[in-house]
Amino acid sequence: MTANTLQSERIHHYLRPKKSFPNVWCAGCGNGIVMGALIRAIDHLGLDKDKVVVVSGIGCSSRMPVYLDFNTLHTTHGRALAFATGVKLAKPNLKVIVITGDGDALAIGGNHFIHACRRNIDITTILIDNKIYGMTGGQFAPTTPEGKIATTAPYGNYEKQFDPVQLAIGSGASYVARGTVYHVAPLERMIIGGIQKKGFALIDTISNCHTYYGRFNKEGDAVAMINDIRKQAVSVKAAATMSEDKLIGKFLTGVIHETDATEFCDEYQAMCERVLAKGGK
Amino acid sequence: MNSKNSKARLLQGNEACMLGALYAGVEFFGGYPITPSTEIAEGMAREMPKRGGKFIQMEDEIASMASIIGASNAGCKSMTATSGPGFSLMQENLGYAYMTETPCVVINVQRGGPSTGLPTKVGQSDTMQARWGTHGDYTSITVAPSSVEGCFYETVRAFNLAERFLTPVIVLLDEVMAHMREMMVVPEEGEIEVFKRHRPDVPREWYRHFEITPSLVSPMASFGQGYRYNVSGLTHDQDGFPTAKPKEIVDKLNKLRRKIERYSDEIIKLRTEKMEDAHIAVFSYGIVARTAFQAVKMARERRIKVGAIQPLTIWPFPDEQLRDMLKNVRKVIVAELNMGQLVHEIRRVAPRHTEVIPLQRYDGNVMTPSEIFDKIREVVK
Ligand SMILES: Cc1ncc(C[n+]2csc(CCOP(=O)(O)OP(=O)(O)O)c2C)c(N)n1
Ligand code: SF4
Repeated sequence: MTANTLQSERIHHYLRPKKSFPNVWCAGCGNGIVMGALIRAIDHLGLDKDKVVVVSGIGCSSRMPVYLDFNTLHTTHGRALAFATGVKLAKPNLKVIVITGDGDALAIGGNHFIHACRRNIDITTILIDNKIYGMTGGQFAPTTPEGKIATTAPYGNYEKQFDPVQLAIGSGASYVARGTVYHVAPLERMIIGGIQKKGFALIDTISNCHTYYGRFNKEGDAVAMINDIRKQAVSVKAAATMSEDKLIGKFLTGVIHETDATEFCDEYQAMCERVLAKGGK
Repeated sequence: MNSKNSKARLLQGNEACMLGALYAGVEFFGGYPITPSTEIAEGMAREMPKRGGKFIQMEDEIASMASIIGASNAGCKSMTATSGPGFSLMQENLGYAYMTETPCVVINVQRGGPSTGLPTKVGQSDTMQARWGTHGDYTSITVAPSSVEGCFYETVRAFNLAERFLTPVIVLLDEVMAHMREMMVVPEEGEIEVFKRHRPDVPREWYRHFEITPSLVSPMASFGQGYRYNVSGLTHDQDGFPTAKPKEIVDKLNKLRRKIERYSDEIIKLRTEKMEDAHIAVFSYGIVARTAFQAVKMARERRIKVGAIQPLTIWPFPDEQLRDMLKNVRKVIVAELNMGQLVHEIRRVAPRHTEVIPLQRYDGNVMTPSEIFDKIREVVK
């Protein structure tokens, strides 16, 4: 059975219908697609709900944990990874998943992002990358392409763009993937891979904010935007056979980087054992 | 040497704080180095691995504060230690801890400010920041020792208060106390009470993480225990879900304030000296209280009817207790290492017949006993 066909009843098993719905998202927002993928990934892995902690910052994307029936920590803007680091080191047996936006993770939270990667702490981070600040009404983000319109870039963005995938690889994350809200089945597999990986996993998830980004840049409604995402996405495998010209205006998807670096909590534990073996010296 | 003295150790204030935290059962330390608090982090880096505890040096103080809140929600007694600039960086997440009723201890070793200020010199200018540092309405618990032994005991007390009232507790030290060395006997295990938060044992469906019970403090579950609650810094209802309902907003904010006010008798701790017949009082805390007590002794030798008041709990401010103590006092000298912070609180609570006289020093040095003594002589005329 592909995870896609998960029965709606089964989905409800992972939601908190009573108090948190209806959700705050615009109809057609990619956030809901990512939430579905996350639920199916967790269901596929058969994780114990009591042992899953979902942590987020502030933003439209970061609202997700509130809807999920796990241990959920909706924190301050940009700081989700720092909170999550505390949870994970305190109780390494918990599965810690972070939901963050591109502004949350890469602007205000950039420092925590690179250090979480560097420590290679066992946290799975789903970065919902919609190229804009949704929650606050469409200001430019560190991921906004040059020339694009945002409320704080009314004449076109003239700042350079961050590539979260390269940033994570350069900072030491051991599992780095890029998915999209169109390619849902691969996204689920990447989330599964990220959760299974012992170490820091980033799943940069290209998503749509039609309400602001789409409207300001005349990129159409949710369907049009997701269709464009489909056209721009090239899997790592396919890209290997394509010429450089053909790759202009495209982005790579799939598991882009994977290594077997040692994990932070394991290293801490090993250090403690060494110290104790030497009688605390 | 008797057996008690043989156990005495020569300790620094920072070391005593660290030992106090270990005595209280700290399980998680997240911090970032800053003078004059660094010895606490260094001590924790040495001790935690030997005791099954967790130590992490975070990338900054914003992250340090975040990490201890995460760890506390995962069930660990958690703390950090910092000084002025770091304390400023912690404020947003400190507010998150108040809002989410997350127990934790923050030690702030004060130095001169503002900004980078005087990294190696003493000050008491974060007194108001400890009360009002983060945005919004809330109530803080802040304790302030004045001896190395006090550093130990007040740190244990800070953990007990945090775990009892499910809130951050700030320990205000200062550079001199942090680095000063004194002999102290570290109590044996079990000699002083150590409190750990109550955990719920009700069925999952009954549990409400932010329940407003008549006592205002309810058991706290931790992540992984099976209760799967939501924690949010957004104003939330008793289940932790964001709310915009006026009644729920008011209930939440009232709870934050009232759970501290209701138990202020339990939280407030004061020390006095020769107040029984005093017409003049010296009010001071932390390192200044030491010199103030000395000055009072000097004045008493000259038959001046002066006494000393030292709050060990600064916040909540001991309003009632002070009103009572100042009943027969004509003049109260408020001695602080800042440009006037607690003096405003004293003005607020002092009876009308009591004149409030500030005595301030903010040049990076401790106020001497003779400075305070001179002031006493001046005002007695
Ligand atoms: C310290 C702080 N600064 C600013 C904000 C305002 N703010 C809330 S969400 C947000 C940006 C969110 O953008 P992103 O992380 O990309 O998430 P999205 O809403 O697009 O999902 C900002 C600037 C805040 N909540 N806290
Ligand atoms: S504003 Fe944009 S990011 Fe936010 S919910 Fe709407 S579409 Fe999604």
